[in-house]
Amino acid sequence: MAKVTIPIGPQHPALKEPACFTITLSGEQITEVDMRLGYNHRGVEKACEERTYLQDIYLLERVCGICSHAHSSAFVQAVEEIAALEVPKRGLYIRTIIGELERIHSHLLWLGVAGHEIGFDTLLMYSWRDREVVMELLARISGNRVNYAMNTFGGVRRDLTPDLCAEILAAVDILEERTKYYIGVVMEEVTLIQRLSGVGYLSHEDAVARGAVGPTGRASEIASDTRKDDPYAAYPYLDFHTVTDNHCDVYGRALVRVGELMQTYKILRQLVQELPDGPIVVKAPRKIPAGEALSRYEAPRGEDVYYVKANGTDKPERVKVRAPTLANLASVAKMMENNYLADVPIILAAIDPCFSCTDRMIETLNMDSRAGRLTDFRQLRQFSINWYKKRGLDFTALNKKLILKQDS
Amino acid sequence: MATSLFYILVFPGILFLGLFSLALEFFDRKFHARMQNRKGPPWFQPLADFIKLSAKEGIIPEEANATLFRLMPLLALTAATVSFFYIPLWSTRALYSFDGDLIVVIYLLTIPTLAFFLAGWVSASLYSMLGAVRALTQLFAYEVPLFMAVLSPAILAGSWSLSEIAAFFNDKPLFIIFNVPGFLISLIALLGKLEKVPFDIPEAETEIVGGSFTEYSGRYLAFFRMAVDIEMLVGASLVAALFLPIGLDLHPVAGFIVYILKVLFVVALLSVLRTIFARIRIDQMIRFCWIYLAPLSLIQILIAFIVKGLFLQ
Amino acid sequence: MKKPGKMLSEVLKSLFKKPATLRYPYIKEKMPKNFRGLINFIQEKCIGCKICMRDCPANVINIIKIADKKFEAEFKNDQCLFCAQCVESCPRDTLEVTPEYELATLDRSSLKVRYHAKPDAETKTEPQVEIK
Repeated sequence: MAKVTIPIGPQHPALKEPACFTITLSGEQITEVDMRLGYNHRGVEKACEERTYLQDIYLLERVCGICSHAHSSAFVQAVEEIAALEVPKRGLYIRTIIGELERIHSHLLWLGVAGHEIGFDTLLMYSWRDREVVMELLARISGNRVNYAMNTFGGVRRDLTPDLCAEILAAVDILEERTKYYIGVVMEEVTLIQRLSGVGYLSHEDAVARGAVGPTGRASEIASDTRKDDPYAAYPYLDFHTVTDNHCDVYGRALVRVGELMQTYKILRQLVQELPDGPIVVKAPRKIPAGEALSRYEAPRGEDVYYVKANGTDKPERVKVRAPTLANLASVAKMMENNYLADVPIILAAIDPCFSCTDRMIETLNMDSRAGRLTDFRQLRQFSINWYKKRGLDFTALNKKLILKQDS
Repeated sequence: MATSLFYILVFPGILFLGLFSLALEFFDRKFHARMQNRKGPPWFQPLADFIKLSAKEGIIPEEANATLFRLMPLLALTAATVSFFYIPLWSTRALYSFDGDLIVVIYLLTIPTLAFFLAGWVSASLYSMLGAVRALTQLFAYEVPLFMAVLSPAILAGSWSLSEIAAFFNDKPLFIIFNVPGFLISLIALLGKLEKVPFDIPEAETEIVGGSFTEYSGRYLAFFRMAVDIEMLVGASLVAALFLPIGLDLHPVAGFIVYILKVLFVVALLSVLRTIFARIRIDQMIRFCWIYLAPLSLIQILIAFIVKGLFLQ
Repeated sequence: MKKPGKMLSEVLKSLFKKPATLRYPYIKEKMPKNFRGLINFIQEKCIGCKICMRDCPANVINIIKIADKKFEAEFKNDQCLFCAQCVESCPRDTLEVTPEYELATLDRSSLKVRYHAKPDAETKTEPQVEIK
């Protein structure tokens, strides 16, 4: 059969965010995958340099909508290290509780999305219904369902009352029971297993070579978990184990995620029962002394890395974000080899991609040689004006009007 | 002449068919939603969708073959509608009947699938093309088991006429139990025909956007959706007539209610099936149909021959 | 044990349960007590330190001095990201969170709110809010 090249993205029902996968098919089988990212560059890192540290927490929290606490925690940890702030133990525990609740909500969300990608909408409806339990709980603790804004330098912003602690324990009981049911579904439902097992194979060696992180790596038997390897916050005091799997495929990734949910319930029970008394926050200075720090945080999707450089003012000199999706994207092309077109959405979804978190820089590619070229903003603007002019669209008049309006 | 026109246009013809199929779509969607612990749409939603879509602009791609693009929804709708007239609904007599109408109905029910294929093919879009090819591939998988499954009641009754088959089972209702495997096979094949989960491969939303219907919009899409609804009604009625021929000699009103209940029962079964499964891949679908369904339908035919030889000679 | 239709019993049970979804515009979810919704400004408490202005990540707040020890605030709520840092930064409890979350509007400028100072301090307790 003749080869067909079809685009998946930048806009496609399987993708929740823009990214472009150009897939060459022979019949239904994939022969070649080409990936293009960068549709969602927001200039977050640069914006950080122009705001104060305190403002940056809320900006960085919005790098990702799902693992928002992961991003702000990683940033706060880095700054606390530079400023040598000793966070009270109760603050660390509450920070960890929010982080683990977020992991529940992220993994349940993933389960639903994975179900939707393989046409199993019932799983989506049920897992998202149960996810509401944890969302409500987060709203009660932090004041919002997403973007909890719990972190601040030197601790957390809101305290846990005994009532809330009891609510967390009750919610964990409900969720544990539901998760056991989903584990049953994943292990028993034949159509689900048929669609997941053997799909998107990534061998242990490939996973190591391509630097897979988080559940993607753990499903290929990479026992790496920042919570264990480089314990932060309250993790040194906790008893849990890293979930790995030897399936190396999408099925394995699903098993790792539901297995991790069970570990999370265990962690949460320990955290709430051993919650120490004392203050939740220490006073942090507005100006952070000069220095630099690298902070690692195990986000639900994998390891989140932050680098912060301070220069003694109230604004950071440099903030670098490495979202977990970026580390996993290198594996995606390998996973797609020799699979069917029908498997593309689920293979992609299996790394739990978050393209907006990943897009960090803009690079213009020369379409003929595929070589990169750096362009500054002025050149880029001129290029886009000419590009539209060539197609008969002239915005100069409109631009002038806009500038006039702004001036007046 | 006037009564014929009334039959065709109003009852049990096009008007009844259209409204009932929309009601059936509502029932399917509501039932599906309730099983997913959702509220589901209000009762007028399918009708509202139809009216709204009909009022919208229908865009035809520049590269597409405009004539065929416009004709395909009508072809699908007509074929599905015509096949309805040969199915006995609440009595042992269909509106029109002749010897061999079973074959005609089955062939008429294949035409919508061919229309989906052609519609996707002439749309000049990659997603449509893939959807079209998948629709046709799938047709080869479920069509043979479906044919063989409906053959078994015909063998038992010794007739190719749907009305005569219904009359036969009305006389000897116990013979229905020998057709249970055929009933299950035809339910599964019907899922494939109606492109519902787990066999919604030709229009798998997350893979190929909308399959054959990707480029369709406005009233063309409205007619296609109507055709799918009518196909569901006709399919359910056919299964009900062949495998659940009960309550056919009742008073027409009671018979009509029994008929509605039978159709709702079949649609509810389809609804349950599409709720509890994940969509499978096209290769898995073909393997499933040929490895499990086809042999099972052969066994069903064998059962029919043995039963006929033992009890009906 | 692999078998098809694992969720069958669960979906059938759901038929007899109340739906988990709400008919949103008619039935509304109640937000918890200290939900971070729309920020309210209590004009008479303001001392004009402008810490909230400086800490706001989205430049929402503008405190304007109109007379001696009298301050008005202008909130560009279309930019607000509801972190409630201003509430925390304020040394005098001038700002408070409200559970108001239905802020969607077709007219962006209607979200710009100015809290006017009262001509006389004793007349009313509620701040007058003028929506532009």
